[in-house]
Amino acid sequence: MPWDEGLVNSLVYDAPDPNEGRVLGYAQAVNEALSLALDHDPAVFVTGQGVDDPTAMFGVTKGLQEKFNAGRVFDSPLSEEGMMGICTGAAMHGMRPVFMHNRPDFILLAFNQLVTHAAKMHYMDNGQTTVPLVVWAAIGRGWGSGAQHSQSIQGLLLTVPGLKIVMPSTPYDAKGLMLSAIADNNPVLVFEHRWLMKKEGVVPEGMYRVPFGKGVYRRRGKDLTIVGASHALELSLQAANKLAAEGIDAEVIDLRTLKPLDEEIIAASLQKTGRLLVVDTGWAMGGVCAEIGCLAAEKWFEHLKGPVRRIGLPDIPHPAGYTLEQFFYPDVARISQTIREMCGK
Amino acid sequence: MIRYPYQGTSFDDWQHKLSSYAPEFLLKLFRDMLRIRIIEEEVERRYFQDHMKTPIHLVIGQEATSVGACAAMTRADLLYASHRTHGNYLAKGGDLKAMLCEFHCRINGCTGSRGGSMHLMDKSVGMAGSSAIVAGVVPIATGAALAAQMHGESYVTTVFLGDAATEEGAVSEALNFAALKQLPIVYFCENNFYSVQSPLVTRQPKRELYKWAAGYGMASELVDGTNVLAVYETMQTAVARAKRGEGPTFIESPVYRFRAHGGAGDDSKTGYRDIAEREAWEKVCPLETYFTFLKSAGLIDETVRNTMAGEIMAETMEAFDYALASPKPTEADLYTHVYAD
Ligand SMILES: Cc1ncc(C[n+]2csc(CCOP(=O)(O)OP(=O)(O)O)c2C)c(N)n1
Repeated sequence: MPWDEGLVNSLVYDAPDPNEGRVLGYAQAVNEALSLALDHDPAVFVTGQGVDDPTAMFGVTKGLQEKFNAGRVFDSPLSEEGMMGICTGAAMHGMRPVFMHNRPDFILLAFNQLVTHAAKMHYMDNGQTTVPLVVWAAIGRGWGSGAQHSQSIQGLLLTVPGLKIVMPSTPYDAKGLMLSAIADNNPVLVFEHRWLMKKEGVVPEGMYRVPFGKGVYRRRGKDLTIVGASHALELSLQAANKLAAEGIDAEVIDLRTLKPLDEEIIAASLQKTGRLLVVDTGWAMGGVCAEIGCLAAEKWFEHLKGPVRRIGLPDIPHPAGYTLEQFFYPDVARISQTIREMCGK
Repeated sequence: MIRYPYQGTSFDDWQHKLSSYAPEFLLKLFRDMLRIRIIEEEVERRYFQDHMKTPIHLVIGQEATSVGACAAMTRADLLYASHRTHGNYLAKGGDLKAMLCEFHCRINGCTGSRGGSMHLMDKSVGMAGSSAIVAGVVPIATGAALAAQMHGESYVTTVFLGDAATEEGAVSEALNFAALKQLPIVYFCENNFYSVQSPLVTRQPKRELYKWAAGYGMASELVDGTNVLAVYETMQTAVARAKRGEGPTFIESPVYRFRAHGGAGDDSKTGYRDIAEREAWEKVCPLETYFTFLKSAGLIDETVRNTMAGEIMAETMEAFDYALASPKPTEADLYTHVYAD
């Protein structure tokens, strides 16, 4: 059992309604997406450190090697930059690699290949080649993960043209967005969150794709707009649901993909509420929160009734110990407090 | 002081091999090298006119490696290049006009003015890509070889890299993987002893690069980079090995660049290398040694050479005129191909 399994097992989420369809765990939903994609297209292959080991990337790659073969689902040497380049080259020549990492932190070793090669090839060669590459990782948190196993790097990558960034928050989206990512002809980063891996949800069987650049309302409301993705959005939704009892009616928008970004849905909601809270699993400074906050100032200023607020991480490395972590990470209580302040309650 | 003397034997003892080659083939190798030399010298001569607003890394002195290697490849085989692309591109069959248009930042350049000299590529002739990040293309080429293996396709991928590239971690990662999976790839390392102005001795321990590469568990060869036929034969063996599914080959090919790392002219006078060293290597100029060799066999003479040079010069001038008359990109061209459909 991975060292943080106990922690993830202890998390409680709202149970899905089985009358709405088949209920599946988050990791199983991604697993199903990979399996369908491997089945659907012989160009797809899956690699990463330990994809064929017994823990199988949190269960996400479980059984895939047996079902397909060791030629299409294979372990990777500890060579993040090399393998990112190898996957890029394979993608340029007809393959659709899915390159998986336990943590986004390890992708930092491969920035040269990801940022300076994969993202730019199609542009640099004037459209002669495409790079249909999926890079997957699960953001860590807690249990001593600390500064080097908890980083959310979507903010660092948001600024890179040529990349797409996907951050699901539900099993349904995790499957549908993964299938879209694999079908996409560009390098796509899929960042999951370790704490969502055991979340359950209604997941249809078979092939379906969730489109990129289309946010979705998780809660309708009129008092303020909360936007974000992944686990940060999950916490915000929990806060919003609780605050309904206090008479605060928040609208919660799950962006699902950060790049491309669904500006329309934010604008439409803001027109109604006039208040914007942006949440992210990464640092607030210069990242997703900052970008969306700036967009609001630039494009939707006339709708704003008060300052945009951000809930991301403070400008501090992730501490490892659980006491320090409590001060470091925003939780439902802190998100709720910010919402109350914004609504003058 | 000559730090890196030539250690080969040039064309000594090659006379007996001549009969195994068609004269047309032997002459074509010469013509291809002469063509690269003449084009490079013309690029160099015009460089200070500033019409070519692109960094250049000339291959004058290194023609035999590109020409010998590409002679052992088919059009379907892939070639990946570093920043030193010109010889690779021309030898692989790249379009001269498209190259010069690229140098002149014109829309009809081989990459529509997105790349410039360091990023020549043309899929139609198997010039698969190049990177201005040292060693950047080495893992990517390895991935192209992986794709060939997975698809069961027969093309072989060759990637050119410099001696300094072998110091990058990504090359070690790529060699390990290629050997592990027995990929159909050739790593062609032009060892010209310098990384910009840094000699090997300040960058690597005393060792032979081809022996270092053999440590990754792959075939590894040393071949004289001034001898176009030796390069050709070594490449042929490596390509055949790859096609047979017997895995990758590393080739170390000592050779000398007669010019500065980048730009026009030589920069030896700054003192990082002795001018006498360059002069010693110029005595084994790949073009001249091969010419002398062919001439002694009665296959060529000055008249034939002058005719060739005249034709190549005319082609070059026409291509320059074409480039200078070609349209520049418009603002709309900036926005295409950021993402693929
Ligand atoms: C990663 C990286 N580091 C440094 C540079 C700067 N640089 C450009 S070419 C070069 C020399 C490379 O030498 P080598 O690989 O031997 O090739 P050569 O130029 O001799 O053909 C250097 C250091 C770069 N482009 N990329």
